[in-house]
Amino acid sequence: MKTAFIALRTALILVAVCVLAAIACAQAPPPNTYAITHAKIFTLAGSAIEDGTVVFHDGKITAVGAGIDIPAGTQVIDAKGLQVYPGIFDSITQMGLREIGAVSATVDSTEMGNYNPDVVAATAVSPSSEHIPVTRAAGITEVLAVPGSGGFDSGGSNSIIGGQASAIHLAGWVIDEMLIKKSAAMVIRWPEIETQTFDFATFSRKEKPYTEAKQEYDKQVNEITDWLERARHYAQVMEKGSPAKYDRDLKLEALAPVVRRELPVLVFADRAREIRNAVEFCDKQELRMILAGGAEAYKVKDLLRSKGVPVILRPTLTLPPEEDDPYDRLLSQPAELASAGVKFAIASFDNSFARRLGQNAANAVAHGLPYDEALKAVTIYPAQIFGLGDQIGTIEQGKLANLIVTNGDPLELTTDVKYLFIRGQLTSMENRHLRLYEKYAKRPKTQ
Amino acid sequence: MKGSSGFFINAKNLRFLSLLSILCFPLVAAAAPPDAPAVIVIRNATILTVSHGNIEHGAILIKDGKIAEVGQTVNAPKDAQVIDAAGQFVIPGIIDCHSHIAAESINEGSVSVSSIVNMAEILNPEDIDIYRDLAGGVTSANILHGSANAIGGQTLVIKLRWGQPASKLPFEGAVPGIKFALGENPKRSNFSIPGQPRRYPATRMGVEETIRGAFTEARDYKKTWDEYNKRAGAGEKNLIPPRRDLRLEPLVEVLEGKRYVHSHCYRGDEILMLLRVAKEFGFKVRTFQHVLEGYKVADELAAAGVGASTFSDWWAYKVEAYDAIPYNAALMTRRGVVVSINSDDAEEATHLNQEAAKSMKYGGLSHDEALKMVTLNPAMQLGIDKRVGTIDVGKDADLAIYNHDPLSAYAVVQKTLIDGRVYFDLQRDIAERAEREKEKKALIEKFKKAAEKKPEEKKPDAAGQKPGEKKPEEKKPEVKKPEEKPKPPQSNSADSAAVLQRGAL
Repeated sequence: MKTAFIALRTALILVAVCVLAAIACAQAPPPNTYAITHAKIFTLAGSAIEDGTVVFHDGKITAVGAGIDIPAGTQVIDAKGLQVYPGIFDSITQMGLREIGAVSATVDSTEMGNYNPDVVAATAVSPSSEHIPVTRAAGITEVLAVPGSGGFDSGGSNSIIGGQASAIHLAGWVIDEMLIKKSAAMVIRWPEIETQTFDFATFSRKEKPYTEAKQEYDKQVNEITDWLERARHYAQVMEKGSPAKYDRDLKLEALAPVVRRELPVLVFADRAREIRNAVEFCDKQELRMILAGGAEAYKVKDLLRSKGVPVILRPTLTLPPEEDDPYDRLLSQPAELASAGVKFAIASFDNSFARRLGQNAANAVAHGLPYDEALKAVTIYPAQIFGLGDQIGTIEQGKLANLIVTNGDPLELTTDVKYLFIRGQLTSMENRHLRLYEKYAKRPKTQ
Repeated sequence: MKGSSGFFINAKNLRFLSLLSILCFPLVAAAAPPDAPAVIVIRNATILTVSHGNIEHGAILIKDGKIAEVGQTVNAPKDAQVIDAAGQFVIPGIIDCHSHIAAESINEGSVSVSSIVNMAEILNPEDIDIYRDLAGGVTSANILHGSANAIGGQTLVIKLRWGQPASKLPFEGAVPGIKFALGENPKRSNFSIPGQPRRYPATRMGVEETIRGAFTEARDYKKTWDEYNKRAGAGEKNLIPPRRDLRLEPLVEVLEGKRYVHSHCYRGDEILMLLRVAKEFGFKVRTFQHVLEGYKVADELAAAGVGASTFSDWWAYKVEAYDAIPYNAALMTRRGVVVSINSDDAEEATHLNQEAAKSMKYGGLSHDEALKMVTLNPAMQLGIDKRVGTIDVGKDADLAIYNHDPLSAYAVVQKTLIDGRVYFDLQRDIAERAEREKEKKALIEKFKKAAEKKPEEKKPDAAGQKPGEKKPEEKKPEVKKPEEKPKPPQSNSADSAAVLQRGAL
């Protein structure tokens, strides 16, 4: 068995990718043992390894370190001068659920009605979405596909319980090959006390008395409470048996893992009051809460830390919620949360802008977040937050080989991803944008 | 980028929330700008001149708001105020060729030709986004009307002179513009309000005819005036002048080359359409805005001498943006088009330096070419390159100073100068935060006391207030229907089209 060495010269990189991609796509079974050698390896589970080697077999990392023996029959990639990182994890997206925002026929993000705990993102994720290869080219190897968006995409629907978010690899012919965890969190939009609404008929804001708004808010919170209580009863019935067990209820069945604390709730809230209310509610209900959004998480950082609530932060490149907030309010928030001991990840909350995730993390560094924390906020931290820390997020023996090989800092704007592995398979970085670029670069000069 | 009322309320739409604070707490009145010392010298800086290379450990001498000297050393008088920029990078102030900040409203969407309205009349000098964009190194911006109409409103270029009255914002001598729009927005593809009838045009064919029709009228109107002026000039008595038409006057200015056309567009075919119409009537299109398929017709753009002002990497928020690629800027540049990267959004404008940097990754432009995308190129497109866009003697001292190479995600603006005045200073901003917080608390206390004194008039929303929380009513307007402005009319949401993820476009 000969080991194939692939020379790494800039001009040859594309060729190399094509060759390897061809190997990967050929009829013959793809190679299942790879080694990346002579790279600087950022394992994120200890300090970086100079001139290191990472070996993976059947999709899992079998060895990482310096001076590692390479088994016979291994496809070797000489990554001299390059760096290896865990693949980036975008932990809130609508990947595969929304293709073109303005075209409702291409949007499957949100069901009708307020309470849809039984719908699952994985069901509607389109494995052939053009967003997937485009996002992958930015070094993102896995995402959380989150149902329950509201607004324009959903014809006005805006669920309170939006459904189950699915963690998926960004590669696979069919969804089954993409799944990391079909049900990774139950999505809840925390209700707000809305004393102002926007009326499209008059195109103006309408005031609502606080007491009335509060009543509506309480009503919605009571509804959530009611769902959880019914789910608790249902779970007991199913566990212990009762004549009632013959009444199967798909929605309550979906909520049972939530009340059993097996499934976390991913609660969307941005303002301090909503976050506080949600944390107190989840604490009382004994739910495992993950906060999503968190534009004002810094205002309740002590509460978040003391209750152990992790946060998936919206992009740092977001204007402050208040006119009189410091201009860098969201840029400097990650640094503030890190020093307060709040665990957080940063996510894109989008599809088209998923590839800006690294940029968003880098901007947090520019405003005070330690670099390592920024890298972890888009790799191992989101993995841990969603209970996937034993599978992805660092380069360690036994973990899935979701890796990127880059020519520099993966958070920097100008860095290129040279190789990308998902579940140990060299994965093509060809995508719609590169295709159109190459096509039109070749347009014959006119006139 | 990006916007919805649900979980995925987007970055840009967080601003919904902030708008409400204006109602109760107009705290952030623009402070008066600091006086500019007559002479400033910036020392020890890496100067990226854009016009003549980079100067390490260089200096810039500023006199009366203009750049007096640039070089390794300058002859600074002893009393010059010194800005020590050791380890820092100075670039020409960023110019945003597509902005909607500092505007009380964006879209007069009721008609297909709204050339009668003028952005100059609704400038809001207290829009906090002026300051936020200054903090991103922006010094000038092209304030555009929205894209709801084939021919939109009149536009102008401003300098971001935060703290100055509206009358001081316009960029002196800059040629005024007018917004055109092609494609989905003027044909209202993504917008419908129940009960409102659809509006002509509804197709790209109709968009062309709307523009052609308007210019046919404008040409006739011009002829009428030309003849009147000629006969009056020849001494003819008792001539009745033609009736003024405020809608057609700006179009006559376009025909006479006195007003620039900035046209929103996406698809290659509609770009060529407007070029044909322009040729037919003998006017020039100054810039195509967005122009996300510009790479498909780059040769035609270059041949027509039209500027292209585009996004770095936005795509897929609507069908006409589905072929958008981040290589657009580089491909057009390589074919000889003058390209700028714009924001169309107050947040995006805060990191245009970063957006320009992406053209190095996507398409391999040089550092210099990338930097031009947000400095010299937009200056050329707006016809203000004699005044700004590079660091050269005689130009306005409009500068941005960064702590790192500005084409990096790790660079933070330290100071922004316009006309030699420091309008943004990071250290000053940080130092003033405690004072502002104190002022805010005092105002809240005052508000609370006032509310307690008159319980019968107490605002209902003050009732459930928790300590330390200033507004119980915070909330984003419910946006259920796609409309180009998901925000209340007085907001300065970006261009048209709410659908869109970033509230823009």
